[in-house]
Amino acid sequence: MHAWKLILRNALRHKLRTALTLVGLVVAILAFGLLLTVVDAWYAGVEGASTSRLITRNSVSLVFPLPLTYTQKIRQVDGVRAVAGANWFGGIYKEPKNFFPQFAVEAGTYLDLFPEFILDEMEKKNFQRDRKGCVVGRKLANTYGFKLGDTVTLKGTIFPGNWEFVVRAIYDGRDAKTDTSQFFFHWDYLNETMKRLYPRRANQIGFYVVDLVNPARAAEISREIDAQFKNSIAETLTETEKAFQLGFVSMTEAIVVAIRIVSFLAIFIILAVMANTMAMTVRERTAEYATLKALGFGPAFVVTLIFGESMLIAVLGGAIGIALTFPVASAFARAMGSLFPIFNVSLTTVAMQVASILAVGFIAALFPSRQAARLNIVDGLRSIA
Amino acid sequence: MMRIPFSYSLRNLWTRRLTTVLTAGGMALVVFVFAAVLMLDEGLRQTLVETGSPDNVMVIRKGSETEMQSGVERDKAAIVESQPQVALGQGGLSIASKECVVLITLNKRDTVKPANVIIRGVSPMGMVLRPQVRIVAGRMFRPGSNEVIAGRSIAERFEGAGLGETVRFGAREWTVVGVFDANRSGFDSEIWGDVDQLMPAFRRPVFSSIIFRLASTDQFDAIKQTIDDDPRLKLEVKRERQYYSDQSAALSKFIRILGITLSVIFSIGAVIGAMITMYAAVATRTAEIGTLRALGFRRASVLAAFLVEALLLSLIGGGAGLFLASFMQLITISTMNWQSFSELAFSFTLTPEIAIKSLVFSLAMGLCGGFLPALRASRLGIVDALRAA
Repeated sequence: MHAWKLILRNALRHKLRTALTLVGLVVAILAFGLLLTVVDAWYAGVEGASTSRLITRNSVSLVFPLPLTYTQKIRQVDGVRAVAGANWFGGIYKEPKNFFPQFAVEAGTYLDLFPEFILDEMEKKNFQRDRKGCVVGRKLANTYGFKLGDTVTLKGTIFPGNWEFVVRAIYDGRDAKTDTSQFFFHWDYLNETMKRLYPRRANQIGFYVVDLVNPARAAEISREIDAQFKNSIAETLTETEKAFQLGFVSMTEAIVVAIRIVSFLAIFIILAVMANTMAMTVRERTAEYATLKALGFGPAFVVTLIFGESMLIAVLGGAIGIALTFPVASAFARAMGSLFPIFNVSLTTVAMQVASILAVGFIAALFPSRQAARLNIVDGLRSIA
Repeated sequence: MMRIPFSYSLRNLWTRRLTTVLTAGGMALVVFVFAAVLMLDEGLRQTLVETGSPDNVMVIRKGSETEMQSGVERDKAAIVESQPQVALGQGGLSIASKECVVLITLNKRDTVKPANVIIRGVSPMGMVLRPQVRIVAGRMFRPGSNEVIAGRSIAERFEGAGLGETVRFGAREWTVVGVFDANRSGFDSEIWGDVDQLMPAFRRPVFSSIIFRLASTDQFDAIKQTIDDDPRLKLEVKRERQYYSDQSAALSKFIRILGITLSVIFSIGAVIGAMITMYAAVATRTAEIGTLRALGFRRASVLAAFLVEALLLSLIGGGAGLFLASFMQLITISTMNWQSFSELAFSFTLTPEIAIKSLVFSLAMGLCGGFLPALRASRLGIVDALRAA
């Protein structure tokens, strides 16, 4: 009881120093949480991907297409519920920095493979009826202000020319993991145009999405699909959507590793600040600790005082930092636009923040408290800061 | 005006060793991050700038941002190649290479994770156009054969890309007969073969790009005009250097924004650390400051002494951070370039300019953290300060 009062008084003795340390803690914990959230966002595509869907693509690499005729062959494989082809469009909306994924899809079937996309039935019909129609995600629509009936022009990079689309439907995500920053339009529109301008590039599919009756058979069915096209001009590589997404993430892994390292550096920096504060505090109060000891308090009491103060400041700063993480993360997500389709602070992130705060408070008090505990009363009373 | 000796500031730092080390340590970490980001950006820039030669010009299809997405028909390529601005080499052949650039997926050696690697089919003039590319092991591929040569960083890191190994793509086996060094340019992350073999293997009837050397540097505008004005062509003309620096724009911007944001956030922490240290230094030395003032040192001298102390502190931190960062030069980063979707290896590069920037940055942190405490020290009244002991 006595100890608590003393700890509180001690912490408030140097108001400026405590305030500065608190600000440092808040900034560091905030940065730590934000960086971990960026790493999470990197893996968001993987988290949102389904294991009951397969992606079939050209085994050489994604830039090589597959023939349209594969649709039938894949559908005949046992255990396949449905299949739909799609092409990565890679168009530019006004400026290259306005990046969002665009796919030319088989309008009749593709959207049905993704139960996590929630569409109004009427809007969906409107999209399927209009060959120039497109479907956009809620987040994308909000970012660029797309409304139903708007005309959107994309400049093709892979498929030359300016392409006009009319927004016919806007989809919502089933949960927070669903990416609602995508753009879908009719594969037929793409194909008809290509037939006219570049006949060589017509009737080609970038990748097939395959829906399975039983997800447990994913590996077996993947092998079976690939076996169908073995030794043909376009051999395939089939994997689950999750593995496919993970493949993309692993290509940029170096950046993720760098962000992780830097996020832990943030903790080290704040540890240095905090440890410094505690070292100075103890140094200044050497004479006081000696007095306490002379009055009969044991070393344990002095250690409690120091640990208590360190933990108090750390927990307070940490709590403010964690509380601020949520509004700052959502502001950051808005600023980044469609670059990170999903940007949520996860429970793991908060747990990591709490753990690092406790560690910082503990380690910062470790050395000073050992010094204070071992203090010789006579030397302590004589000391000047 | 009498100045307080420099050794006063220096010895004060030495007396409070633990505090000095902790404060300087925090600053060192911040300067380390700051310098590392600048070095990474510089490494990326150098890699891609080195990739292009000043006199080389790249021609791709209009609207396609990269070679991978481009397609140039044979007849169009022939028109470009026969322009008068294209330099002529031995035997009157134009120094131009019609190339076919595609991505293939290869597994990395250490992790067996797949990554996209650029395969470039080059014409016989391809090597002449890139004087920085030298074969360091094995030999050049023979035209018309299933032979390829691999860039140094691909040969080291990818399965099947080492000397004497084989890679399979386009329904054929390709033997790696040579490893080339491209002087740390982007070509180090590519595999090269004969364009006339690769195009049929990938079933591509069109080239991806044409690269040629200008007969003289100042003719760029002329040939750009000619090609832009020709309605048959629909091609885009860029200097090779420009093309490669455009390629890295997104990655470079990402690194810079992330780095600056982090540096700013972290420097707040470090400035606070310095401020706490200096305030404490002032508080514990109140009587000392009073004595100095009583001895006749002016307020300005006290201010200067404490500022020098803060700057020294930050210089120690900055120096240590820079020293640590210099070891980062040993590390090579390899990641996917978003614009080309292909693997790109580059390393941290330290330049004198970055070293100076980092030290200035650390001094600025010291100044920010030290100014207010130093001001407080200089404002202390002599009598009050002397009584404080």
